[in-house]
Amino acid sequence: MELWQSIPFACILLPLGSAAATSVMKRNLAKYWTFFVMTAVTTLSIIFVVLMSRFEAGSYTYMMGHYPAPWGNEIRAGMLEAVTALFFNVIMMLSLMGGLKKLEEHLLIDKQPLYYVMLLLLTAALMAQVYTNDLFTAYVFLEIMTIAACSLITARTRGRTLVAATRYMIMNLLGSGLFLLGITLLYDLTGHLLMSNIKEAVAELARSGQYQMPLTVVVAIMSIGLGIKSALFPFHTWVPDAYGYSTPTSAAVLSSLVSKGYIFLLLKIFYRVIGLDVIASTGILDILFVFALVGMVMGSISAIRQSDIRRMIAFSSVAQIGYIFMGMGLGNEQGMTAAVFHIFAHAVCKAMLFLAAGGLADASGNSKQFRDLRGSGFRSPIAGVAFTIGALSMVGFPFLGGFTSKMNFAMAAMGSGDIRMMLVLIVLVISTWLNTIYFLKTVITIYRKPLPEASYPVERGRRGFCFNESLVLFSLVNVALGLFSQGIIEAISNGLRNFG
Amino acid sequence: MAKIRNDYEHSWWPRLLQWLEDGSTTLDDELTDEIVESREGHLLPSHEDVAAHEARLEERHRKTLEDEQAMYDHAHQWSKTKGARLVDWIYRIMAVVICVSIIWVLLQTASYLPPFGSPDNPVNNEVSQRYIEKGMEETGAVNIVAGMILDYRAFDTLGESNVLFIAACSVLILLRVSSDKKHPGSVHQLEVEADDRMYEPKNDMILQHITAFLVPMILVYGVYGVMNGHISPGGGFSGGAIMGAALILYLNAFGFKRTERFFTFKTFKVVSVCALSFYAISKAYSFFTGANHLHSFITPGTPGMLFSAGLIPYLNIAVGAVVCCTMYAFYTHFRKGDM
Repeated sequence: MELWQSIPFACILLPLGSAAATSVMKRNLAKYWTFFVMTAVTTLSIIFVVLMSRFEAGSYTYMMGHYPAPWGNEIRAGMLEAVTALFFNVIMMLSLMGGLKKLEEHLLIDKQPLYYVMLLLLTAALMAQVYTNDLFTAYVFLEIMTIAACSLITARTRGRTLVAATRYMIMNLLGSGLFLLGITLLYDLTGHLLMSNIKEAVAELARSGQYQMPLTVVVAIMSIGLGIKSALFPFHTWVPDAYGYSTPTSAAVLSSLVSKGYIFLLLKIFYRVIGLDVIASTGILDILFVFALVGMVMGSISAIRQSDIRRMIAFSSVAQIGYIFMGMGLGNEQGMTAAVFHIFAHAVCKAMLFLAAGGLADASGNSKQFRDLRGSGFRSPIAGVAFTIGALSMVGFPFLGGFTSKMNFAMAAMGSGDIRMMLVLIVLVISTWLNTIYFLKTVITIYRKPLPEASYPVERGRRGFCFNESLVLFSLVNVALGLFSQGIIEAISNGLRNFG
Repeated sequence: MAKIRNDYEHSWWPRLLQWLEDGSTTLDDELTDEIVESREGHLLPSHEDVAAHEARLEERHRKTLEDEQAMYDHAHQWSKTKGARLVDWIYRIMAVVICVSIIWVLLQTASYLPPFGSPDNPVNNEVSQRYIEKGMEETGAVNIVAGMILDYRAFDTLGESNVLFIAACSVLILLRVSSDKKHPGSVHQLEVEADDRMYEPKNDMILQHITAFLVPMILVYGVYGVMNGHISPGGGFSGGAIMGAALILYLNAFGFKRTERFFTFKTFKVVSVCALSFYAISKAYSFFTGANHLHSFITPGTPGMLFSAGLIPYLNIAVGAVVCCTMYAFYTHFRKGDM
């Protein structure tokens, strides 16, 4: 085994091991240490992607300990995992950078190191979620993600965040419970926890026709459980409060990383644990597809009705999660590729939108109402430009990530060629139209003349070096995602071929 | 000639147009108009102006109240009618139906599962066979559960101990009294803490005597459970929980003054950080050597000895320390937000 093949292991163990030490550090040391660890993990991920594409290694497994896989733990890395890990790390780091100033404002001084602990453990859990090849390891790190996400919401001490966190906790624990029940039943049916072994056993069961009913239930409760956790449409009630009132870094991380981590796990279950054929025969894809289509429309309609910019972006997330599930619900390879690409496009875009909205609100006397946001694009120019780029990408403006993913969804729908094709195309058009209404309206609002009686506190001094840097970098990543989409899509579809 | 409605301004189409234009509703505009109007006048408005303005405000207030009352009356009426009750009923019935159907599906699933305890079940495969047959030989742990969780599947357990740690951190974020005196929120919390101190110590003689007798025994039992985790049933999680329970009992009998002598927040931090760092570093070494097939200096030793089974006894101590500290921290933070 080459040394570079240990990189996934290092990406998990480095943040996991350094998290405990961070909790005893002083505020500034904890901050620099967290940045150091995140930079290290991001750099390692970049090196890993480069080397993976250089050596064309396909995918390989890595023993976690001295015992081979069905007995010991194992992680597995391929092109798709490498690219996903890179995106997650970059977004995590930029989100922390962008929200740093607000974070120090919102959090009590002696609680800031604990916040960094949460972020580091969340990074480790995401990496473990991406690389794991064992269903129970996935559950353990899913627990870490759930708890960390809850404290990211409660970190900003305010009445509303506590309510939001309680809602989040109830819905997410329901999801975790369903997922755990699914693992238990699946273990009972197959006798394995290692993903590849479960797939063999499930294929055997499907061939012999044994245990069809429990298997269907397992697939259903696992998918619904992860659907609840990633804010699929009818289970999205916790979204607006959780994303709308927490500190900007938390909102960015929650909407663009935590929910995507769950979706990536679901994708892994489809491909590596159950197998796409068995999944398709249970009909769960159709259910997810319907939920997704309804969510695409209803999420956007709810977003239109908001008068608070953060809540609007939160509801837009619901619609975008609908897009991803729609791609998965199509069930063909193009659909899955488009869904994974949209995971990246949406993650990069939504984190930037949350941070930019925070900056715009800051420039408008800390109000997030559209009335007060008029002209904020001039008062905080970089946030305004970043918000515009993000909004255009969400709407599907050419040369940006959102356009490519919408086009991919349409192509994937064409490929399916049945009733789903018409449904997807119609809903895609309606949803894009609705997206345009609320996003362009916001963009126009932030570049309008402020109301005559409005007066804003004139802000002196720098608005935080990190904030501007992070938004510029985010914009660059967004544009790059649109311009080099062909290469990324190729990497994704290569990775998906080696994923199962 | 088309009929022009009086309330054209308030109908949905112009409101939509206006909303699309600037995101405000007509009511908002009405308010802003008024404010602008009052600003355009003289610098100091005359008494008449103020009186008129106040009268207008009063009128509007009265009207709003009336409207509100009418709305409540209407809603009240509506709730008495069958329609609203029907909605309520449908909601409740649907909740019950969904719950019952989920229960039914899960029970039905359970009846289709492999029979309990049958030797032909899928769970009895080569995985559990190797754990049982070779577990002691390979890991050196007589207690094969300890061998499984701390050696075969140590990565899961590393994650699991971090779950405990992150849970403790979440409680700290939520409940810890801040030493940040400048922040207004912390003053309230300090008062709450003072409140809590008023009720303690209770100085219950019976409790104190029994505790003085019991706590050493419970602690020794907990230490035994942790240290012998690889030899007999027990281990870090259960032994640590026992020790944590002993500390909580001691705290309840003697109060914070006595426990602060040996267990402060600093102790908590130092112990859990050392334990978790040791766990992570030693296991990182073990994972790395295992994956790269390098020679590792960790050997199983003689099964049955106290210091055998490679890293397992030390990891048990680490897990036990984390569990004990976490339990105690939970209790103290839920009680007064500090240690």
